[in-house]
Amino acid sequence: MAEPIQKVSIIVSKGSLEGIYPALIMANGARAEGIAANLFFTFFGLDAIHKRRYEHLKVATVGNPGLHLATLAGGLPGVSSVMTLYMERKMEKLDNPPVPEFLQMIADSGAGLYGCKASCDLFEVSRDDLIEPVKDIITVGEFYQLAAGGQIIFT
Amino acid sequence: MPNATYVGRTVSVNDEGFLINPDQWSREMAPEIARAEGIDELTQQHWRVIDFMRHEYQEKGSGPTVRVLGKTSGVSIKELYQLFPKGPAKLAAKIAGIPKPRGCI
Repeated sequence: MAEPIQKVSIIVSKGSLEGIYPALIMANGARAEGIAANLFFTFFGLDAIHKRRYEHLKVATVGNPGLHLATLAGGLPGVSSVMTLYMERKMEKLDNPPVPEFLQMIADSGAGLYGCKASCDLFEVSRDDLIEPVKDIITVGEFYQLAAGGQIIFT
Repeated sequence: MPNATYVGRTVSVNDEGFLINPDQWSREMAPEIARAEGIDELTQQHWRVIDFMRHEYQEKGSGPTVRVLGKTSGVSIKELYQLFPKGPAKLAAKIAGIPKPRGCI
């Protein structure tokens, strides 16, 4: 049998609900299997840990062919909100936690949540803007140190 | 199908070591299964989780997820990971002699 995975470091670079949620499932799933996990939020992925934004993540209804909705229709005001609500209800029925609860769960499982320094500088985000479970804002070099000896997943 | 022997009794297990038939399990086996997984001693809190797993399995036919455990077992997610560092739902299910929960979350 192949050597089991010991550690994963997952980079979250997208700010849409469907861009963030899979990374959270992978981090949580890793911890559930006893695998060490880190999450590194960069660029628009920072929204997932931003106090004012993390409760309002939206499904992308434009430029998302997988949604099978005409781009023109997806761009109408309110469509993204309605689609997000629809998806959130479906997820709730399946007992999938909403993003804020999921992030807390993952932090409680011992996984590390980190903000990317370059992105925080770019978007003028400070530690106080980020949610409490976040451990720190770190540089790319520090991220590689944390990730050493494990697998890196970019989402 | 492989076998395992706990407290002198032979039980059928799957490739990952989970009991095939939860009825073959007895409380005396739990500490021995736990030791094989690196948990030297089962405390009262461990038992609280193990009993909850058995109860949920009997009620619903599958073991609970970590989220459900954290919400309803009376043991927080933080503590669950301290009690079962290699994965609370998975490890507690193994020790409780029930199948591995198959959810993604």
